[in-house]
Parts: sequence; C-alpha cells; structure tokens
Amino acid sequence: MMAVADARAAAEHLEQLQARNLRLRVFWSRTGVGFAALCASIAAATLLVILAYVVAKGVASINLAFFLELPRPVGARGGGVSNGIVGTAIMVTIAAILATPIGVLCGVFLALFGRGFVAETVRFLADVLSGVPSIVIGLFAYTVLVAPLKHFSAFSAAFAFAILMLPIIIRTSEEAIRSVPTVVREGALALGMSVYTATAKVVLPAARGAIVTGLLLGVARVTGETAPLLFTAFGSQFWELNPNNPMAALSLQIFTYAISPYEDWHRQAWAGALVLIVIVFIINLSTRFALRTRLGR
Amino acid sequence: LTESGQPGEALQAGAPALARAHRADRIFTTAVYGSSILFVLIVAGIFFQLAFGSSKAFSKFGLSFLVTSQWNPVTNMFGALPMIYGTLVSSLIAIVLAAGVGIFAAAFLADFAPRVLARPLSFTIELLAAVPSVVFGLWGLFVLAPIMRNNVDPFLQKTLGFLPAFQGTIFGTSLLTAGIILAIMIVPTVTAISRDVIEAIPTDLREGSASLGATKWETMQKVVLPAARTGIFGACILALGRALGETIAATMVIGNKPAISASLFAPGYSLPSVIANEFTEATSDIYLSSLIALGLTLFVVSMTINGLARFLTLTVLRSARGR
Repeated sequence: MMAVADARAAAEHLEQLQARNLRLRVFWSRTGVGFAALCASIAAATLLVILAYVVAKGVASINLAFFLELPRPVGARGGGVSNGIVGTAIMVTIAAILATPIGVLCGVFLALFGRGFVAETVRFLADVLSGVPSIVIGLFAYTVLVAPLKHFSAFSAAFAFAILMLPIIIRTSEEAIRSVPTVVREGALALGMSVYTATAKVVLPAARGAIVTGLLLGVARVTGETAPLLFTAFGSQFWELNPNNPMAALSLQIFTYAISPYEDWHRQAWAGALVLIVIVFIINLSTRFALRTRLGR
Repeated sequence: LTESGQPGEALQAGAPALARAHRADRIFTTAVYGSSILFVLIVAGIFFQLAFGSSKAFSKFGLSFLVTSQWNPVTNMFGALPMIYGTLVSSLIAIVLAAGVGIFAAAFLADFAPRVLARPLSFTIELLAAVPSVVFGLWGLFVLAPIMRNNVDPFLQKTLGFLPAFQGTIFGTSLLTAGIILAIMIVPTVTAISRDVIEAIPTDLREGSASLGATKWETMQKVVLPAARTGIFGACILALGRALGETIAATMVIGNKPAISASLFAPGYSLPSVIANEFTEATSDIYLSSLIALGLTLFVVSMTINGLARFLTLTVLRSARGR
C-alpha cells in the first residue's frame, strides 16, 4: 500500500513539476515571439520616423518657385532646385540608354545560352558588382572620362550610373526571359524562325514587362545616388542641358546644402530631401505594383 | 522530289532570305556574346584603372600605406590606418545592431506574424532600403546627432563610462552616431534575406519539432535558426559589405577627422568619406593616387565580402529549395 501511495505522490509531484515547467516554457515562448515582434516594429517604425521628419521639416519650403527657380547665392533667400531636378533626369536617362541594351543582351545570354564558364563569370560579377560601393564606380568614371578630358561632365556621371544599373538590369532580364515558357521559344523555332527572330519577336516581347520592371529598379537605385556625382557631374549653379558640362543634381544639392553653415540652405536641404524621397518612392512603388500584378496573374 | 527540280528552284529562291536570317543570327549571337564579354571587361577595367591610378601611392609607401596612421596633405605623407579603423569600427557597430534587430524581425515576419501584419511590415522595412543615403545623412546630421550629443552619449557615459569606449569629450558626430545610421541603413538587407532563408527551411522540420512538444520559440531557436544559420550569416556579411562602402550618410555624421581614438564618442573618418571629401581638393599627384588607392582597397574588400556572402546565401537557398 505504502509503495502505491508513494508512487502516486511521486507521479503527482512530477505532473506538477511538468505543469510548472510547461507554463515557464510557454512564458518564454511568448516573450521570444513578443521580442521578435518588437524588433520588426522598430525596423519599420524607423522609416516612419524619418519620413515624418522629412515631411515636417520640408513641406513648409515647398512651393512652385522651389521647382521652377535656380539656386540663389548665399544670403539671397528663396530660390529653387529646378536645375537639379532636370540634371538628375538627364543623367538617369542617359544612363538608362547606355545600360539597357548591354544589360538586356547579357540577360538574353544568361537565360538562353547560360551555361559554362563565361555565363557563370557574368552571373558572379553581376551579383558581386551590385555590392561594390558607388563611390568606387565614381572613381572609375573619373579615371576614364574626367581625368583624360580634363573637365567634369554630366556624361561621366551617367556612365557611372549606367555601371551601377547594369547588375540589376542583367539579373532581372535573365529572370524575365527565363520565366517565358520554353515551349514558346521552341514553338517559334519549330515554325522555322531564326534564333534572332524567335528571341527578338517572340521571347523578348513576352518578357518585356518584367524587363521594364528591372530597368525601373535600376533607375530607382541611381536616382538618389550622391557619392559618384561628387567628382563626375560636380554640380552647377546654372541651367545646364549639355551633358558635356558639369551639371547639377538634386541629391548633390541636398548634400551641399546640408553640410553648409547656412540656416536657409538647411531649410532647402529638407525640402529637396522631401522631393527626392517622393520621386524615389513613386518609382519604387510603381515597380512593386507592376511586379505584384504580374505575379498575381 | 529531286527529279522534277522544282524544290531546288524554290530553295534557291528562298536562299537569300535564309542567308539573311543566318546573317541576322550571326550578328545577334555576336551582340549577345559581345555584351557579356564587354560587361566582364568593364568589371576588369574598374580593377585595372584603380590599380593603375594607385600605383604611385603604393610604389611610394608600399603596403605600409595600409598600416601607417599619418594622413597629411601638406607633407604628402599618406597612411590609411585611421580610415580603415573608422570604417571597421562604425561598420561593426552597425552590423551588431542591425543583426540583433534584423534576425529577430526576420523570424517574426517569416514564422510568427499573422499574414495581415507580415505583409505591411515587410513592405515598410523593404521601403527603408529605398531611402536615398543623402536623406539618411540629412536626418542623421540634424536629428540623430543632436539626440546623441544631448541624451544618448551622456547616458552611456554615466552608465558605461568605466569602459574606454565610452569616455572622452562628446561631439555628437562620431563613430557611434555613424554606426547607428549605418545600422538603420542595413537593417532591411539583414531582415529581407534572413526572412527568405528562414522561409526556405522545410516545413517538416517545424512540424517535427512541434509534434515533439516544442513551443513556437523553442522551434525557432533550436530547429529553424540553426538550419538557417549559414544563410543568415551570409545576409549579415552582405549587409556588412554595404556598411563598409556607404559614403554620403557616413560622411555627414562620422565627424571627418583622421585620428584613431578609443572613444566611440570621438569623431572619426572612413575610407569612402575621405574620398568623398578630399578628392576634388587633391592637388598633388601622390595625394590623388593615395585617394584612388583607398578606392582600390574598398573595391577589393567589397568584391571579396560580396563573393563570400553570395556563396553562403546561394548554398543555403539552393539546398533548401532542392529538397
């Protein structure tokens, strides 16, 4: 009898221990999940905080003149960043024109002929180049296009931008072309089309949407870039439409204004930051939206 | 077919078209291969241009360029150690903070969060990566630096002041402030890639763990995270690479002083910031060459780090998806 009672007591004791243990484990689990949620919230909240500051400090200085006027010299209040916005647009456009054909052709190469040493090298370099600091690319553009010609130019900046866009365009074009079903290409070839016709008239049109998305991703990446512009485009106070001359860029103006000692320029830096962030976000969001609708289909 | 001779004629009539198609094919194939080789040449060109540009600095100072700490344009003596130190310290602060927050955030987004919450949170964190670095710099300079100077740094000094890292004069723009800004900038990288890696871990592992009675957290901590370890490490390496090369934001908050100080409150300098600040002012050849040498250092380091990160993340994602 004693033994049975002992055993029962021991079992109860064990159950109690287990219950307490379980409660403790559930408590720890909830704490861990809660902490993880906190971390995700902190990361997301950072964006909202920064956005709130940029809007709060920038919105008061945004008016029509800010978009239409040239920068004014120190001391003269007012003025705008019109030349910077146009300059950024010019440089990004030239960069896109330079990078798109090479990038898409590399994408075709990887997707359709993409085996072997050369393809693996291109893939590796594209992935690794996308992590190389933009200022290094700016240095390269300087040594190739600024130092030999002995003057800063918007074209050298566009060249740097094009190299920064290339890895993105290459990898998204590859993905885009791969996502076109093989039967489509094989069907075209079976109809007697040449490789060129099958690719240019059948495969690429089918992949066009995704390729454009990749191009937009590249544009979004370089629009906000500042570092490579410091010694390529260099900046300018004037209207400048000739890519062979130094040119203003919105991001560069924000940088110059921010590190200046003048209150009025700080104000303009915030306004410029607001404009830049709106432009970059619009490009980014439209890209995401395009991607999502395509994936949804 | 051959006896009538007709098809032969038809073939002959079609021959020019066929020849044209062949020519188009050849041009197309050449363009495709040519572009790929051009791309490889561009990357090689970056290396050779920078190597050529920095040859003066390396031939004058040798490898001691990387380990001496005098940076003096007046005497034309250049040593990169203070910048290497500043880059490493600010990036290490950044990766420690960003990995801490990012890995937990990734665990939450991949496994714990309900769908309605996971989507918008992921979206917001990814959008953080799209903010231009000059905007981070602006915010860091006018918002974060004053907060650091008036609140955070004095608090750290009061509580942890017995450590040399938290002693000395408080400036606001410092290695610590730069580290925090960089952390904010690389958190999306750590989070997004870690989340993808965690999501790629097979569900059976989680179900097996749960069926053995493990809690959600125990499953994450003892089963999922160890399985995803390599890929998460790769994500952190990739993020570290971004922090090392970040230029504009770091330049605006790091203080830009080429000195080595044990204190995290002291202003420092980083490799990209020196290039950004001094390149257009460099008057002598050796000065310019030294700055390009810093660029070459950055290029080699970032290529190596990104190659490693690519290897790590690809291995994990491939093996997980291959199953």
